[in-house]
Parts: sequence; C-alpha cells; structure tokens
Amino acid sequence: MAIYKAAKLLSRSFSSLSSRPLRVCVVGSGPAGFYTAEKMLKAHEEAEVDILDRLPMPFGLVRSGVAPDHPETKIVTNQFTRVAQNERCSFFGNVSLGSSVSLSELRDMYHVVVLAYGAESDRVLGISGEELAGIHSAREFVWWYNGHPDCSNMAPDLKSVDTAVILGQGNVTLDIARVLLRPTTELAKTDIASHALSALEESSIRKVYLVGRRGPVQAACTAKELREVLGIKDLYVHIDEDDLRTTPADEEELKNNRIRRRIHELLSKAAISGTSHPSPGQREIHFVFFRKPDKFIGSDERSGHVAGVRLEKTILKESVHPGKQAAEGTGQYEDLECGLVLKSIGYKSVLVDGLPFDLQKGVVPNYRGRVLSCASEDLAQVEEGLYVCGWLKRGPTGIIATNLYCAEETEHPHLPWQSQAGRQGLQQLLDSRNVRAVPFSAWEKIDNEEKQRASLRSKPREKLTRWEELLEVAAK
Amino acid sequence: MEGVYNYVLSFVLKLYCKPPLPAPPSPSGAHLHWHLHQEEHVCMLFKIVFCCPRISVTFVDKDGDEKHINVPIGMSMLEAAHENDIELEGACEGSLACSTCHVIVMDTEYYNKLEDPTDEENDMLDLAFGLTETSRLGCQVIASPELDGIRLALPAATRNFAVDGYKPKPH
Repeated sequence: MAIYKAAKLLSRSFSSLSSRPLRVCVVGSGPAGFYTAEKMLKAHEEAEVDILDRLPMPFGLVRSGVAPDHPETKIVTNQFTRVAQNERCSFFGNVSLGSSVSLSELRDMYHVVVLAYGAESDRVLGISGEELAGIHSAREFVWWYNGHPDCSNMAPDLKSVDTAVILGQGNVTLDIARVLLRPTTELAKTDIASHALSALEESSIRKVYLVGRRGPVQAACTAKELREVLGIKDLYVHIDEDDLRTTPADEEELKNNRIRRRIHELLSKAAISGTSHPSPGQREIHFVFFRKPDKFIGSDERSGHVAGVRLEKTILKESVHPGKQAAEGTGQYEDLECGLVLKSIGYKSVLVDGLPFDLQKGVVPNYRGRVLSCASEDLAQVEEGLYVCGWLKRGPTGIIATNLYCAEETEHPHLPWQSQAGRQGLQQLLDSRNVRAVPFSAWEKIDNEEKQRASLRSKPREKLTRWEELLEVAAK
Repeated sequence: MEGVYNYVLSFVLKLYCKPPLPAPPSPSGAHLHWHLHQEEHVCMLFKIVFCCPRISVTFVDKDGDEKHINVPIGMSMLEAAHENDIELEGACEGSLACSTCHVIVMDTEYYNKLEDPTDEENDMLDLAFGLTETSRLGCQVIASPELDGIRLALPAATRNFAVDGYKPKPH
C-alpha cells in the first residue's frame, strides 16, 4: 500500500514538475462535445479542456433542436453546466472553426482536438422544383422556432396556406407537426421563440401530411413522440388501415425490434379508433405511407411559390442491407396540394479546411473516433491527436444519450506529450484577430436575461434570437 | 403489557424488517419466544425508531465489480446511486425523458416484484442501450421492503448507436 502511494505521488509530482497538462480542445458544445469534455476531465486528472462553439451560447441541439414542448429533455444542460464550471474547463463561445481559428492552428496548440460540431447542413432530394419558395429544410424550420440566430429572419409563410407537407417520418417530423398543430395557448408556455409564436398564432395551417417513402414498419419515429402527436386535443388523425398490413418481410423486421413493434401498435390503434371524417374547422394530421416525392409543382397564382408535390407510389423490395427493405417507384403518381413543404430527410455535416471528409456518407472517416486521413479503408492513416465525436463521426442519427457511448468509445492518447500552448495560445491568437470569445460566465448573463424577460409571462425563458443582442448581453 | 408490546412490535417488524428468527419449540410458546429474541427485537425497534428503515442493494458495474449500499425506503435507485458515487447517468434527473439511468435487475424474482412499467417508462426503455427482459429505469425503481437484497447491473456500452436499429458498419 505504501509503495503504491509512493509511486502515485512520484508520478504526480513528475507531471506537476514538468507542468504539462494534457491540453484538449473540443469543437462543438452540444451533447457530443460536453460528454467528451466530461470524460476527458475524469480520465486525466491534469487535463485542461477548452470547448469552442461558433455560437455565443453552448449546448448545441439541446437548445436549438429539442422541441419547445420537451423541457425535460433539456434538463441535461444542468450536467453540462457543471462540466463547464469545472476549474479545468473553459468555454469559448463566438469562436468559429475555419474563420476565427483554423484546424491546423488548433492542432499546433493542443495535444488532442476533438471535433464534435455535428451536422449543420441538409440532405437534398435533388428533384425538380426544390428551389421554389415555401420549401424549407426541417433543420432551418426547427432553428427558426427555437430561436437560432441564423434563422431568426426566416419568416416562413404560415398565413396564406392551409396545408403543410412534411417529407420524412422521423422524430423531427413529429416535432414540427406538433408545433404546427398544437393550440398556441400551450406553446405560449414554452421557450419557443416569440417570433415563431406570433407567426403560429396567425397561422392558417389546418392540415399536415407526414409523407414517408416506406411503410409504418419502417417509420423512424419513436413511441413517446408519436404518442404525443396522436394525443393532441381535438385533432383528426387519419391513417389508412390498408397501410398497416404487414408482409412476411415486415414481420421479420418487427420480430427483433421492440421500438418498431410498439410504433406499429400505436399506429394500428389510431387507425381504427379515429372518427371517419374531420369535423368542420378541426385540425387534421394525415400519415401518408409508400409515397416518394417526384417533383414540386409551382403555383400559377404565386409565381415561384410551391403549390403542391407530385408523389410516386412505392412498393418495398429487399435492399442491399440484409433485413432492410427499400422503396421502389411503381410509376403511379398522385398530386398533393400544399403551400408549405418541410424536408425532414436527414442532416448532413459540413466540411472544414484540412479535414478529411467522406462526401458520400457525409461523415469524417474515422476508426473508433480517431480521424483517418484517407477514405479508403485499405490505405487509412491515423491523424495523430485528431478525433471526432457525435454526428460528425457517426452520421446524424441517435438521441442525446447516444453521445455518451460515442464519447466513451473515443480512444485516449497513451503516448507522453510535449508541452503545448493550449488555452493561453488560443486566447492570444483570438485577441490578435479581434475575436471576442464568449466565456461561460457571459453565457450565464444571457441565460439570466432570457429568464428575466420571461418572468412576466409564464414561459421558462424568452430566448434572445439575434446575434447583436446575444453578443451585447454577453459583453455587459 | 408484554402482549400489547408483542403485538405492536410484530406488526411493525412485519412492515419493515426481515422476520425474526423462528422460535424454538417450547410448551410456553409466546413468552419464551419474546425472552429469547428480546435483544434482537430491541435492536430492530431501535433501528426503526431512530434511523430510516433501509434495504440493502447491490450495484454491479460493467466490469463485474460489486458495490453494496443501504438505501432508505422511498428513495429511487438513481438517487441512491448518486449518493454512493456509483456511476449511473441521469441526464433528465428522473423526469422520464431519457434512458441513461437504465439498470438491469439481475434476479427475475425481484424483477417480478416491481410494478409494471408505465407507457412513459416503456417509451424510454425502448431507447436504452443493452436492453434486456429485466431492464428498468433506475429513477423508477423505488426502494421498498420487499426489494431488500436486490442486485442491479449497469449495462455495458454497446456499438449499436442508432435508434432505428440500423447497425453502422465498423470502420
């Protein structure tokens, strides 16, 4: 016991004598970034972790992605706050990888750089009419109602249309459907951005279609979100019972998949228990299966604006992935009239200078989080000290907790390391470029301001949605 | 007086503690029983009156290491884990909005003593990693006398990250 204690003391004094703490830089302050930071701080007693984010506020999609009516899902920010308040951790908001500091500069200043900046772009359909007004990506729409400063001026038109079509049937689709269809008196009590609440209070949208290429068995949503949508007060729910019939291939998919089975059960119950027609003025939600978008139809009255989407009926065939079925067009078409289209077909990561990128998969090539400098698996070379975590590593799927395991998997460096400039170096560089980094204490000022502004209404917070405002409050 | 004391004590003991040792056979039954186990009864009564009644719980981590703790009746397993520095995540702090406090009840006998999970808990269990037939959320398992001796395993991290069941190919 004494020998063990002596050895530990010796090794600790060695590291403090050399004062070479492990300097870690995490780019991105969402769940992937924060779980990575937490694990690094725990695993290395001497580690100093700096978390960068291009926004003045932390938490990534927890703040700008989680729906306003899901406040319990945001409670995880308490844990992330404790990480940021650790004396060995520093938050640098308003620092952008690429414009404020380059990847190679970070790699020169830190022993470990973990890129966890997620996926801030969208998959495209690549079909005719995609550029028409009234067609938005789900990501932008969600950012809009969540008050992300990049989308505060989006101003989607909700007043001149009564029908919205959402392409895709994942949880983001259900979030958007709830926001469009929930009584605004309920939304008024959430942290939804006030510009979105005003727009929704004047919205004329009464019908929402959720369109998926495949069937109910393949829908990517999960039970809680589906249950919520089906439970909205005074909402007419339409699901075609025929769509719920399962094939042997479907049964095979359902067999080992508890989530899918429970979703199918919920949809089946909703299909048979609903009324046959909506009552006048009642809001409607329609689940449309086995349809893929062929093209968008422009309006005759409003030039350049979408008026509908042409859908092609599909059937399911076995795909290249075992146990999975793919949708194949049948050549039969039908048109769905609408004035608002939201594409909820998946996010995509953004390239950064000096970072290897697999354009096809939309992720950074990596092995257990260690970045590989060549997309081909045969000739891969590990980029020393460079790691990825979260959606940038795995693709844009999973829940907040998925990043827990993602962060755990990222291997830690074992080799001894030279002294690095770290936090001091970064601060000097940013100062020389007049970049005003926002520390965590400044985010806390924004946080308090938002809570104060909301205290007069029964909202948990009134989000600040403009860059100038955010930076102004942060600088006070 | 002894009779009343006996009655109250046995009622309270049945509620909170393991049953006392069986009385040895004797012609004078109750009297002898009370005298022979007096010390044990006094000990238990002291525990009930002056401390919170607790049950013993064992947590087994993903490396197989065990930690035995005492949990007050009414406390959730998540709270108990945090009070004892057991690494059980609790992202939503017990509001049924995540699956990070997922635990595996190691003995079916104890699993069956628990009340069935609600729809809300099942919705979250759907998303838990390493889900088993005897999985529950730690924030929903509340210490009660019949769970004394329960063993809970922390699930191992798995490679299957995707919610939709898709297994990404390893790089």
